[in-house]
Formats: sequence, structure tokens, C-alpha cells
Amino acid sequence: MARRVTARRMVVSTVAAWFFGGLIFFPILWMVLTSFKTELEAFTVPPSFLFFDWTTENYATVQERSDYFLHALNSIVIAGGSTLIAALIAVPAAWSMAFAPTKRTKDILLWMLSTKMMPAVGVLVPIYLLFKNLGLLDTRSGLIAILCLGNLPIVVWMLFTYFKEIPRDILEAARMDGATIRRELTYVLLPMAIPGIASTLLLNLILAWNEAFWTLNLSTSKAAPLTVFIASYSSPEGLFWAKLSAASTMAIAPILVLGWFCQRQLVRGLTFGAVK
Amino acid sequence: MATQQTQVLARGLLTPAVALLLVWMIVPLAMTIYFSLLHYNLLDPGSEAFVGLENFRYFLTDPAFLASLQNTLVLVGSVLAITIVLGVPLALLLDQPVLGRSIVRLMVIAPFFVMPTVSALVWKNLLLHPVSGLLAWLSTLVGITPIDWFNDAPMTAIIMIVAWQWLPFATLILLTALQSQDEEQKEAAEMDGASALSTFLYLTLPHLARPITVVILIETIFLLTVFAEIFVTTGGGPGLQTTNIAFLIYSQALIQYDVGSASAGGLVAVVIANIIAFFLVRVVGRNLEA
Repeated sequence: MARRVTARRMVVSTVAAWFFGGLIFFPILWMVLTSFKTELEAFTVPPSFLFFDWTTENYATVQERSDYFLHALNSIVIAGGSTLIAALIAVPAAWSMAFAPTKRTKDILLWMLSTKMMPAVGVLVPIYLLFKNLGLLDTRSGLIAILCLGNLPIVVWMLFTYFKEIPRDILEAARMDGATIRRELTYVLLPMAIPGIASTLLLNLILAWNEAFWTLNLSTSKAAPLTVFIASYSSPEGLFWAKLSAASTMAIAPILVLGWFCQRQLVRGLTFGAVK
Repeated sequence: MATQQTQVLARGLLTPAVALLLVWMIVPLAMTIYFSLLHYNLLDPGSEAFVGLENFRYFLTDPAFLASLQNTLVLVGSVLAITIVLGVPLALLLDQPVLGRSIVRLMVIAPFFVMPTVSALVWKNLLLHPVSGLLAWLSTLVGITPIDWFNDAPMTAIIMIVAWQWLPFATLILLTALQSQDEEQKEAAEMDGASALSTFLYLTLPHLARPITVVILIETIFLLTVFAEIFVTTGGGPGLQTTNIAFLIYSQALIQYDVGSASAGGLVAVVIANIIAFFLVRVVGRNLEA
């Protein structure tokens, strides 16, 4: 039975929720608005909120002057590549721990969690030197490897919690009916596992896209993803607000859309299944 | 036997992930330990020599270490406090009947998906700039002299940026937890004449204890190593005012090229993170049993 909702309560909570929601969202909205202003207007006090000459020239200039698409492509290749490789390694591991657990499975899972707790900065020096000596600095493959390893524990954990939910009875029924392991995998497990795998990949893609420790330290120009590209706007302070906003809007737009689709999985992935 | 076959297969499937993570954990850590015992500066090649614990003495007695440790604790503590104190009421609000709730939820969660370099630069320039920033304009409207955030209150500015990024995370987790709360229990309490406050204190808050602990655990792990936000705004300054442990180690390694000292610092960071992780895991563990 639903609780009685008074109209007044509804109005109050709606107004409050929209107010605070708007306040939190405002910096992003303001950035998007600024990206359509001229540099002069972007800097003017008092600021204009809607009544300015809307222009899209910033978006064109960002591409012309700084090769935006190269960095966007780097982001796609690095985030996508590291996610795919992590999935190839993690799916079998999670499958194995979920369906053929041993005494040590719990320890292995907790140990994987603990590798995620190690601060990246603790191994910055050796990784930097290894990259330098192996010629991996400022290469996409180097960043793919690092981001893949960094996110592997989360991917394994998330997949494990999804696989764990697939009912065992179905597998046993299939086995009773004489299904081989291969048939069991393709016809029973896979269809049930696909939603979990998809949301894991989506979350990992977001994490890898936004990663800004290794990318800032290990890439400078030709392999630099969008995180590093945006950071390059920090030097000439205050001169290119509209262009900074345009570049930023393009950098976060795809991930914002993806992120909105997988809010629930975000909770699950980042809490290692502790909150669902 | 089929089960034995499955066991072998299972082990084979697990091995690559375990092996990779083992290498990823051990090799760099072993190298860090090794480097931390050497005098090793990239600007001074060929002078590598074993110096024992000298780097640790240097790193731990460096006034910059204490300053950055303090900054790290202030940053982590403040952001945790802000995200929990604001996150709980915000989650409660979003759990109410709200028209267009899914849109509001999208707006609240959005900052979490913004890459750190973008949020830092947007805040630094568009919002906090002492002359043309939006906050400066708002404060002149109400007759307050605008604050030059990154010179006069740099740590506060960093805390604002990082808290803005993590408030959505705390809110979303707490909201998810609230939505799994037993509605009938609340109804029963209401029928028995419990006030909204006591329902909150005796039913909702205990229900939130575990998700709050989880939020603290996970945020702490990430907040201990805030880097990009400092890197693109203050560069650790002015002076050492916004240098946290992560940034201190970075600057020793890649600005001063002092590999030995930076490695010692890296190990100190690992130890600090482990101490905190140890306590937090215990707290979460106790919570799990309750």
C-alpha cells in the first residue's frame, strides 16, 4: 500500500529537490553556456546568462588550433582498449570464482580489492622509469596496459557479483540434460551474463576515460587523451575561457550520456557489490 | 571426473588475472623498495649508491612532509564531512515524492562523470576567478569583496572542487540504500504515532550506517591520492599550502628527479593508505556482521 502523499509535501520536496539539483548541476550548465559565447563575453562582468550572441566558433577553433580529434581518438582507443582487454582477462576469472569456488576464492577476491587500495603514487617512480626505458612514455599501448591493470580488480569484482546472481539450478538442469560445458556456456550462461558484462564494461569505460593520474604523468602530446589535453588549458590563465568550455563540453558529453545510462551499475561497481 | 575437470578448467581461467595482478603489485613495489634505499637522481646519472634508510630520514624530516601530511588529512577529512553531511539530506530529499525525480537525479549525479581536469579548470576560471568569476560577481552584488580563492584560501578552493565531484557519489549510494529500506516498517512506525524525526533517528539512520561506512571507505581510498585537481590549479602552491602527499611525491620524482627520495615517499604513502584501509575494512567488516 502506498503511503498517502499530501499535495503540500509533494510541492515542497519538488521545489527543494529541483533547487538543490540545479545548484549542483549549475557549474556544468554554466560551462556549456560559456562555450557558446565569444571570448570577450565569457570574461565580461556582469555575466550574461542567456542573452548573448550565441556562437559555435569556439568549437571550430578548438579543432583547428589544437587537433582536438587526435586527443578524442586517443581517449577512445585508450579507454576502449583497456576496457576490452580487462574484460578478456576478467570474464574467465570471475566465471571461475563464481561457478567453481574453492576455499581460497574469498581470499583471492579480498586480495584483488587490496591491490586497488595501493595508492598509484606509491609506484609512480618505478612505472615512470620502466616506461622511459621501454620507450612506452607517451604511447597509447603503455597507457592501455596501465589503465587495464589499474581497473582489473574492479572489473573482476563487478563481474563476480553479477555471475553470482545467476541461479545455479539452471546450470544443474542443463547439465542433467546432458549439455556439455561449451553448450552450457553459449546457450545458458552467456545470455544471462550479457547484461552484467555490458554494464561492467560501461562503468570501466567511464573510469578509464576520466583517469587523470597515469594519463597526466605518462603522456604529453601524441598519445595524450582528453584529460591531458584539457589540462593544457591551465597555463595561459583566464584568456581562453570560451575555448576551454567548448573543449571541456566535447570532452565530457559522451561520458555524461553513458554515465547517465549506468547509474545503478556505478553504485554496484564502485562499492565492490557492497551496496546494490 | 567432471568435477575434477571443472576444477582444472576453473583454475586455468583464474590464473591469468591473478598472475597479472600479482606482477602488477609485486614488481613496481619491489622496485620502489629498492630505489628507496639508493641515492639515485636522474639529473646526476652514474652516482647511484646504497644509502640505507637515508632517503626515509630525509623524506620524513623534510618540513614539506609534515605540511603535506596535514594537507592530505585536511583535504580527506573535509571532503568526507561535506559529502556525508550534505549527502544524507540530499538523498532523503530525492527519496521523497518529487515531480521529475529522474531528471533531478541526473543533474545531481552529473558532476561525478566530469573528468577531474575539466572540473578543476571550470571551477578555477569560470566560477572562482577573483575578477570575472561568477562567485566574484555574486559577492559584489551583495556587497562583499570577492575572495581571491587560489591565493588567499587555496585549500578551501581545492576542497570545494573535490567535494563537488564526490557529493554525487555519496548521494547516489545513500539514495540507493534508502530505496531498499523496508517501507512497511516505516508505515508501521508512522501508524504507531512515531514522529518523522524519530523514524529518521531510529529506523533510517541505522539503515544508512553501512552505506555511510562504505562511502567513507571508498572515498578515502580515492581522496588520499587527489592529484589532477591540484596539478592543474595550484601546482601545490602557494608555497606548500595545497601540496598533499601524492603531489609531494610527484614533484620529487618528476620535477626534482630525486628517484630515491620519491620512492621513500611512495612507500610512506603506501603505508598510510594501508593503515587507513586496515581500520576501514575492520569497520566495514563489523558492520557486515551486525
